[in-house]
Amino acid sequence: MRHTALGVRLLVLITFAAFFIVPVVWLVLAPTKSDGALVSHSPLSFGSFHQVWLAWKHLDAFSDHIYRRWILNSLFYALTATAITVAVGVPAGYGLALGNFPGRKVILTLTLVAMIMPGAALVLPIFLELDALHLIGSVFSVILPFSFFPFGVYLAYIYYATALPKDLLDASRVDGCSEWQTFQRIALPLAKPVVALVFFFSFVADWNNFFLPLTVLADSKQYPIQVGLSDLLSSTPSFNPAQGGGGQTVNIFRPELALATLLAVVPVAIVFLLSQRSLVRGMLGGAVKQ
Amino acid sequence: MAARVRGLRVPRGLPFVLPYLPFLIAFGIAPTIYALDLAFTNVGGGWVGFHNFVRTYHDYRFVPAFKHILLYTTVWLAALVVLVVGLVLLLHGRVGRTASTFRFLYYIPGALAGAASVLVWLFMLDPVVSPGSFILHHVFGATLFAQAIAPARLPYVFAMIAFWTGAGGWIVVMYGALNTIPPDLEEAARIDGAGPFTIAFRLKLPLIRKWIAYMVILSFATGTQLFVEPQLVNQASLGLVPDTWSPNQLAYQLAFRYADFNAAAAIAADLLLIGLVAAAVIVTWTGLFRTDD
Repeated sequence: MRHTALGVRLLVLITFAAFFIVPVVWLVLAPTKSDGALVSHSPLSFGSFHQVWLAWKHLDAFSDHIYRRWILNSLFYALTATAITVAVGVPAGYGLALGNFPGRKVILTLTLVAMIMPGAALVLPIFLELDALHLIGSVFSVILPFSFFPFGVYLAYIYYATALPKDLLDASRVDGCSEWQTFQRIALPLAKPVVALVFFFSFVADWNNFFLPLTVLADSKQYPIQVGLSDLLSSTPSFNPAQGGGGQTVNIFRPELALATLLAVVPVAIVFLLSQRSLVRGMLGGAVKQ
Repeated sequence: MAARVRGLRVPRGLPFVLPYLPFLIAFGIAPTIYALDLAFTNVGGGWVGFHNFVRTYHDYRFVPAFKHILLYTTVWLAALVVLVVGLVLLLHGRVGRTASTFRFLYYIPGALAGAASVLVWLFMLDPVVSPGSFILHHVFGATLFAQAIAPARLPYVFAMIAFWTGAGGWIVVMYGALNTIPPDLEEAARIDGAGPFTIAFRLKLPLIRKWIAYMVILSFATGTQLFVEPQLVNQASLGLVPDTWSPNQLAYQLAFRYADFNAAAAIAADLLLIGLVAAAVIVTWTGLFRTDD
């Protein structure tokens, strides 16, 4: 009886593991095969590294090396915006946690609401605003909205409000440190784990954002990789038979598209795998500790 | 210097918050107000009351778009609640060290969010190349890609993609929440004769109830904003799937194809309202983000 229960439990867990993992395995293996082999060979078989190289050559040749450009754009947008987010958001969380000034509660509530509200809800309003300001088409129309990351402020706020002993700060003030010195010498070094968390969440959110850049950028050379992928998708005859002739000339078929997708998630995958543990601590740190 | 600053009575903490305020105002408050302003006015800027809301409501694409996302969010939320909670409770039983391996495997697809996840699933749903083609064929009767992404199936397909990318993260979070139960407590319950089911439902479930509520409301708000998934499927389906499948897509088309910013703003305001209500419910009811005592 007990063995059957354990067996059923394992079976359920393994079935779901397959559901989550098989598509990822397929994606990793797909660029090792030619388009023909993808159709005729077993879906989870390995082809050859030579095919990966061929697929990369085709992908890289697409539209005058635009794929590299998209990746670099994504890195530039996500890293710049994340740097601003950390520089602005961590001190803000500190000020909200330990300060006492009029309007503090209002700022805190607005931050919380903006953080919980889905980002996509504000994309069209932000577009309309930037359009009125004639900022559409500039890289700032991506980087500046990305830099507003209320979740980062919230993470820093929770950390300073719950984990930082106020006596420590008072002691440093008694020792003659200014407010800024207190923050710089005491509060900031203590908050390294939070800075890492803010970096992670902000980078991933910016890297994966599709709707905002699609809306505010005009030139495909400015696209980040997520929007670039949709450009590639409309160029492949595998999903767009109308592109038949075009597909032949641009050489973008399923293996190239799979490789493009795979490379596009590498940066996020790296931060993701490195962060599983701190992610849990961060989420729970904010909520369970009350 | 420090003493002089304090002498001037600069409120403590305010200088640290100041650099953040322009961002909060420019990309949080201002766009909301501007969108509302556009939604209640016409091209000339004249006040038109709810005219734009009524006008967009009567657009033949409006009701279907909201029906689509309603069905999609319902399916997705049901899957999240039943399967995430079920898997967490199964994992948090006595499987021991294997639990961390499973959690890790479930978590991996989270790295493939946005356009990448949709592309992966376009492949998975193409019976020609999919490793699950026998499932597509025998369970869903689809031998062609076009059948696999038939419009009637899309809410389920999108729910599955969203579940695939997001479930692992929730499992990790809820598992972490369950780990706050003192082992003694579980042991005591066991000595008192409680079986694994009783422990799961009486002891563990109440502990993650808040997280379940949070997950449901947040996912509902996010689900209504669906954009990238139907947008890419529209591109891959030769127009079989309309480019106004979801409300956000409809708003996007109204703004970009028809340059009707007032109508687009009205739909954006509808969606903003849903997001705001969800946020308000989370902040006030679940108590998860109680920031001040």
